[in-house]
Amino acid sequence: MKRREFLKKSLSTGTATLCTVAAAGSAEARENLKPKEDAIGMLYDSTLCVGCKACVYKCKEVNGMPPVQESEIYAWDEARDLSGDTMNVIKIYQDGTAAVKDSEVDGFAFEKRSCMHCVDPGCVSVCPVTAMRQDPITGIVTHHADVCIGCRNCMVGCPYNVPQFEYDDAFGQIIKCQMCNQKGVERIDKGMMTGCAEACPTGATLFGSRTELMAEAKRRMDLKAGEIYNYPRGDVRTPDSFHEKEVPEYKKHIWGETEAGGTNVLHISSVSFDKLGMPPLGDRSAASIAEGVQHSLYSYLALPAVALAGLAITVRRNTDDKEEEL
Amino acid sequence: MSAHKALGGRIFTLPFMILGIIAAIGIYYMAQRFILGMGTVANINGGFPWGIWVVFDVVIGTGLACGGYALAFTVYLFNKGQYHPLVRPALLASLLGYALGGFGAIFDMGRWWQFYNIVLPGNWNFNSAMLEVGLCVALYILVLIIEFAPVYLEKIGAKGLLKSLNKVMFFFIALGVLLPTMHQSSLGSLLIAMGYKVDPLWQSLQFQPLLAVISALVMGYSIVIFEASLSNVSFGGKSETPLLSVLAKVAIGLLVAFVVIRMIILMIQGKFGLIFAGDFSSLMFMLEMALFIIPLFILASPARRQNGGKLLIAAVSMLFSGALYRFNAFLFTFDPGPGYSYFPSASEIMVTLGIIAIEIMAYLVVVKTLPVLHSSEQA
Repeated sequence: MKRREFLKKSLSTGTATLCTVAAAGSAEARENLKPKEDAIGMLYDSTLCVGCKACVYKCKEVNGMPPVQESEIYAWDEARDLSGDTMNVIKIYQDGTAAVKDSEVDGFAFEKRSCMHCVDPGCVSVCPVTAMRQDPITGIVTHHADVCIGCRNCMVGCPYNVPQFEYDDAFGQIIKCQMCNQKGVERIDKGMMTGCAEACPTGATLFGSRTELMAEAKRRMDLKAGEIYNYPRGDVRTPDSFHEKEVPEYKKHIWGETEAGGTNVLHISSVSFDKLGMPPLGDRSAASIAEGVQHSLYSYLALPAVALAGLAITVRRNTDDKEEEL
Repeated sequence: MSAHKALGGRIFTLPFMILGIIAAIGIYYMAQRFILGMGTVANINGGFPWGIWVVFDVVIGTGLACGGYALAFTVYLFNKGQYHPLVRPALLASLLGYALGGFGAIFDMGRWWQFYNIVLPGNWNFNSAMLEVGLCVALYILVLIIEFAPVYLEKIGAKGLLKSLNKVMFFFIALGVLLPTMHQSSLGSLLIAMGYKVDPLWQSLQFQPLLAVISALVMGYSIVIFEASLSNVSFGGKSETPLLSVLAKVAIGLLVAFVVIRMIILMIQGKFGLIFAGDFSSLMFMLEMALFIIPLFILASPARRQNGGKLLIAAVSMLFSGALYRFNAFLFTFDPGPGYSYFPSASEIMVTLGIIAIEIMAYLVVVKTLPVLHSSEQA
């Protein structure tokens, strides 16, 4: 083959290949998954949280995990963040003198960090072996260590850095909140609520269906600051008790209503969520874009099959006369 | 008859022994990882679950092992075996690179004893780019072994088997082009699901697979040019630069494609201004682009292209450009949010250096004992 011909051919084939990849790559991605009708969730109201960490303690008790101790003061549990030993933690926001609760300036606020149970979960989408699953009815995102290979793609694929690996164990596993409904705990199946919601003394962590929790969150958004509101505790559908409290100046933002397709665990607060460490998310879930690309390239392996046939024919033709050469 | 020859000579030379010591240190820490857990050896954490073991050993390592892919692409698709002298060393480097990438994936796997779950169809999640990467890389290692098998068969004189294998080889060569295209693009797709954690300058979303494939080919061509020039220098063969410079022309096309597509994507996505933000990301971006553009300058001039030394500089620059692109996207500018940082520990780095040492040692042993390199008078 002449050089000119070779270059021409390589250029055209190369361009064709790249165009195929580009065309497939820019194909329309799927839409976000929608919330399940009977999804179970929680509503965390940062303004009700007093930072007692009863939920952190209860979570460890229910799930049989050791407390984290970092200092001489043995204050229940001193976990600062999620880890292989902690799947629910209360963090604090502080500014300036940190004198006023729920104030962005010279104030402080609490924030709960645990699995948000995404409506369109990234961890489920990226797991190669289906070790992360979403319950088709409750929407709870579950983990199944018996098939997990430990690639930790769920960790990088989670916008909230929720799944954690037990790095200090030679035979460690992924740890994440499964709403107290994993095998051996099964609180939801037994008609109970999550440990953290049950333990919460102020109703800052409220249990219930996503629909009812969303309605409750919207009610609170509509309240005027300074009014007295009767806050429920426990399960929003059948509260254990109520307590009256002056309504704070809520930010008009229900975290989890739309973020990356929404979450079943909702947060509301008087301090903006970026200050509370929530990630910069748009409405679109990354999973929906990634899956769109993956499916347009590999649907029924059609594209690879056609490419293989073409390649095999070309290689065959180009190696035919080579035998004489050798 | 084949014009390939085993180099012969002593295996246990001084450089080989030094590599052996590095490998031994790496193996020591690897053993520690299996006995005490990954946390004792590596600095990976909740926000940075993928450290250098994933990003360098697997993501970049397999990219650098794309020499066989790049060459198969050129030789068998367009050129009827014209670059035959380069094919075997490139295949060997690919085989070793991929085998160690696969091995790296195993020891980075948190639950390695359950790795077989990825080959059980009942577990497959077709939404996962990681599934595609895992299966495709495993399959490609087998294909590379088959593609390299004639070298061994020639050595032991199994002529019958060699003949039958050569009859079906076209199919494996075709697979050897298809599979890397698939999993190298999927390595890019892994970044899509990481969303905002990937810096805007590298988060090209649906264009990730395209950029990943081009970067793989850039690294592949660089490694072929690099290895051929280098093995020529150290083993005293005749200069192969006339052959290499034609390969370099293909490399020009790839480099231009990468830079132009990269810029177009940034413009489409409205991120062009970020290049000049002056922060860490923008500096890394400029460094990366410089590494892509320097070889372009060298390769574009016929005079510079014929100069073995300059060609070598171009190859090294290309090698670093693709590697830095992947390092930047997966690690250097990766930001999982407040409270997390990552820098590899000494023991973690030693494991990676150990792997590289093992790879070079294996390469040296094989070229000295098997007919891999082309005898110089025919090159």
